[in-house]
Amino acid sequence: MYPKDLRYSSEHEWARSEGDRVRVGITKFAADRLTDVVFVELPAPGTKVQYMQPFGVVESVKAVSDLYAPVTGTVVEVNTTLKETPEVVNTDPYGKGWMILVQPDNPKEMDQLMPVDKYLAVIGEKA
Amino acid sequence: MTARSKSVDVAVRAQHKYIPATESEREEMLKTVGVSSVEELFADIPAAVRLGRPLQLPPALSEPELMAHMRTLAEANLHNDRAVCFLGAGAYDHYVPSVVWHLAGRGEFLTAYTPYQAELMQGELQAGYEYQSMLCALTAMDVANASMYDGASATAEAAVMAKDLTHRDEVLISTAVHPEYRQVLHTYTAPLGIHLREVPYRNGITDLGALAQMLSPRTAGVLIQHPNFFGALEDGAAAADLAHRAGGLLMCAVADPLSLGVLNPPGAWGADIVCGEGQPLGGHLNFGGPYLGMLATRQEFIRRIPGRLVGATVDTDGRRGFVLTLQTREQHIRREKASSNICTNEALLALAAAIYMAALGKSGFQKVSELNVRKAAYAKEVITAIPGFRLAFDSPTFHEFVVRTPLPPEEINRRLLPRGILGGAPLGRWYPDLSDAWLLCVTEQRTRAQIDELAAQLEKMR
Amino acid sequence: MSLRSRGRDFPLIFELSVPERVGSSYPSPDVPLRPLDELIPARQLREEAAALPEVSEPDVVRHYTRLSHRNFSIDEGFYPLGSCTMKYNPKVHEDVAGLPGFARLHPYAPVEHAQGALQLIWELEHLLAEIGGMDRVTVHPAAGAHGELTGLLMIRAYFHARGEARTKVIVPDSAHGTNPATASMAGYQVVTVKSDARGNLDVDALRAVMDRSVAAIMLTNPNTLGLFEERIQDVERIIHGGGGQMYLDGANLNAVLGVARAGDQGFDVMHMNLHKTFTTPHGGGGPGACAVGVKAHLAPFLPVPTVERVGERFVLDYDRRQSIGKLRAFYGNFGNLVRAYAYIRTMGADGLRQVAESAVLNANYLLALLRGAFDLPYDRICKHEFVLSGLRQKQQSGVTTKDMAKRLLDYGFHAPTIYFPLIVEEAIMIEPTETESKRTMDEFADAMLAIAREAQDRSEVVKTAPHTTPVQRLDEVRAARHPDLRWSPR
Repeated sequence: MYPKDLRYSSEHEWARSEGDRVRVGITKFAADRLTDVVFVELPAPGTKVQYMQPFGVVESVKAVSDLYAPVTGTVVEVNTTLKETPEVVNTDPYGKGWMILVQPDNPKEMDQLMPVDKYLAVIGEKA
Repeated sequence: MTARSKSVDVAVRAQHKYIPATESEREEMLKTVGVSSVEELFADIPAAVRLGRPLQLPPALSEPELMAHMRTLAEANLHNDRAVCFLGAGAYDHYVPSVVWHLAGRGEFLTAYTPYQAELMQGELQAGYEYQSMLCALTAMDVANASMYDGASATAEAAVMAKDLTHRDEVLISTAVHPEYRQVLHTYTAPLGIHLREVPYRNGITDLGALAQMLSPRTAGVLIQHPNFFGALEDGAAAADLAHRAGGLLMCAVADPLSLGVLNPPGAWGADIVCGEGQPLGGHLNFGGPYLGMLATRQEFIRRIPGRLVGATVDTDGRRGFVLTLQTREQHIRREKASSNICTNEALLALAAAIYMAALGKSGFQKVSELNVRKAAYAKEVITAIPGFRLAFDSPTFHEFVVRTPLPPEEINRRLLPRGILGGAPLGRWYPDLSDAWLLCVTEQRTRAQIDELAAQLEKMR
Repeated sequence: MSLRSRGRDFPLIFELSVPERVGSSYPSPDVPLRPLDELIPARQLREEAAALPEVSEPDVVRHYTRLSHRNFSIDEGFYPLGSCTMKYNPKVHEDVAGLPGFARLHPYAPVEHAQGALQLIWELEHLLAEIGGMDRVTVHPAAGAHGELTGLLMIRAYFHARGEARTKVIVPDSAHGTNPATASMAGYQVVTVKSDARGNLDVDALRAVMDRSVAAIMLTNPNTLGLFEERIQDVERIIHGGGGQMYLDGANLNAVLGVARAGDQGFDVMHMNLHKTFTTPHGGGGPGACAVGVKAHLAPFLPVPTVERVGERFVLDYDRRQSIGKLRAFYGNFGNLVRAYAYIRTMGADGLRQVAESAVLNANYLLALLRGAFDLPYDRICKHEFVLSGLRQKQQSGVTTKDMAKRLLDYGFHAPTIYFPLIVEEAIMIEPTETESKRTMDEFADAMLAIAREAQDRSEVVKTAPHTTPVQRLDEVRAARHPDLRWSPR
């Protein structure tokens, strides 16, 4: 449910190091709380994102939530398949449900994010 | 009947026709609640802010007394069953077929709430979907919302939408747009930091040369009205082309959608947002309201359109049904980040518009629209044949046109009233340089005889 | 609800269309029949007629009559919708609003020939000023949210005229969504203040955020929990002490008609929803109508034109230098002003006071019948409405408030307002209004209690409700993922 190789933000985003880049999505906890995701609004590639500043929006039928960037950097790729199949955010939040790929300004920023055990404590779940 | 608690201002209270509770039921209910008087239920209101006296209102009227009083007020007005109306300027005297309000006025529609419980409200929702579909067909746009307050406020919301879509802060608005729409636009946009600039008109239509000069990388959009406030047809395609080349949007206000029975629709010539007034679609004049704000746009902008949207879906048995959808745009979910604060809309007028458009139908709508063109053209011809009366502009028009008059238009109107004729709108009030200009409107309601009578009266004033 | 037809979709008007059918008749042109392109340049002409339906008049009548049967309305049954005041809409109001002297009156008719209409507006404004305890009233706004914008823009203009640049508006966490949305539209930043354990605005929290950057507080009183703000005088001292303005969202005015007035509580601006308190019909979502009342210091900023009485005549005054301008064309949703005026003239002072008393008694009675079966987060004497929570049912059997709301439809009632206010989990907000009888409330309470039992004993029937409506539960997720917002010809 909560992969060990990811880092987590207090706003329920996950971040995965892939070489010198960082892939970003939302956690199973966030996706469950939103219920069925119907729409994801993402920035265009090339957009600058700031640590813990909103970069997009995720919506269910009755709720809307800002997405926060877990690292500062430049968006190099966005998951365009979410336009047609937003439901993968619910069914596969760490795989097909990824949202943006970021070229971070400072890769060390990842260290500020939580490891899985700490995130589990935040959401009140057992490891 | 006996007096009850001390809070009552009169000793004996008559049972009221709208309040079912009887004295004995009140007593029973108070007992169930566990208090001895209604007064105790208001104990949480601090004495200092309570009203220690009865409201000072005129005495209550019975239904027959009310009816008599209301008739007296109503008859003090010169309404269009008694006057021959050549007045338009944003509110249009079209024939309303009997079916429209027999159906829209049914209690099942009239006294329903917003259809949040979709399963119970398929009638309202489906009618909303049909309205949206018909408005799209009429305007050649992809998506229409379920209604806004009126043409002016819908136009203001269109400008806000353009700002949000383009992340630019300037809107260019033609001075040939209805003056009240422009005033409303100012009111709505000032607090949002939207910079409004007015584009002059020439020969009764927007000066596209001036527009080209005014466009800039700040331009979120260009707003024209078509047919415009002078009744003239704009070159929408050219305006859209200019706006698009500057990276902005083209917004088109339509004050009388019946014009779209004959005119090339805005969606076909490049408009990005269509806004305007749906009153002519089966709505009564009502001294200015309630009217029907229309708003339609392109598919890619649906998440920025304000107001309610009805969408088709299926139920658990797979049958078609309708719901309010994309509600995350709206204030009850997005609160301060909503695309608008609009909540209550003009759903009943949208329903009436759908019934009107269905009753007129594909050929009827076109026919009525053509009647407007032909009657107005005839009136234009006979009036401008009178010495002293001449066309202010020679641009083609739909059902309104501007005439320069030998006497002040206000004076002409005064002289026409005893003949039972409600003259056109004097334009000097809004356009100081047009103080001798008179905006006449000729709908399908006017007969040749009435037009000839108007001309005969004007003949006497030359 | 008799038209439930399994299997087949209920047709759209477009699907009844048969080429060449017509549903209306108009005279043939009595003016010269010239080719259309002599009157309008060919490139401006529509190439193809709009794809409107082609149906006969009986087709139209039957279709929309059948649709009306697939609707719920206050004429048919009880709408316990909290914060919406769904009271009976008198039939005589439809007749008076339909009088040709009102319905067929052009807004630009010369004022000398619109004296009846102007007198009605002028009188209505004065009646509402007395009811609200305000000095002046405008009836321009088309709806509550529109009135909120009118009010905040007047406050903005007031501070501008005083040379003060205030940037914030305080909104309680229990507020209607329109309040923060309006504050944004008026260019203000929203500051949210929490409610306290008794359901009042938290006065200490309010004190902590109040400073000279705050333009106004937007308060609903009684609030959206159906509770009177017991510390309204403290709130008034804090806000006015900091130079701010008090805005009342009058959505809940029904509870205090003739009992307590906004003006006497220190409010500088208020709006009144004529489609709630003053019985103009909701029309399936609108039109509404709204009045905004102000104290004298805000009167210079009212929208134009105002209606003024000069001797025995009524005139429109456009010449108001400090006005915020216009928020709509013309003068208001006049048809609904006629209805609201007729209502006030029918009720009189004593009648309106009876409205408040009966509305509050009905709500407390219904609360007494229901309190045992549901959680009650704020247990006080309520005003015209109260808020329960379905949390117990959700925890015990997984039945949500939404499920119970849908189940109520099977019992022949509209659902209450649910999931609002946001500060109550699984909120169920119930407002009976004064026009419901004891018998109706007893039947409603029986249905609610039966559903609470079903939630325990046979929760499946609740979770899959409704079962007797024209359609079963609708797929809202599909509607939002793949928006289908219009019919298109193939």
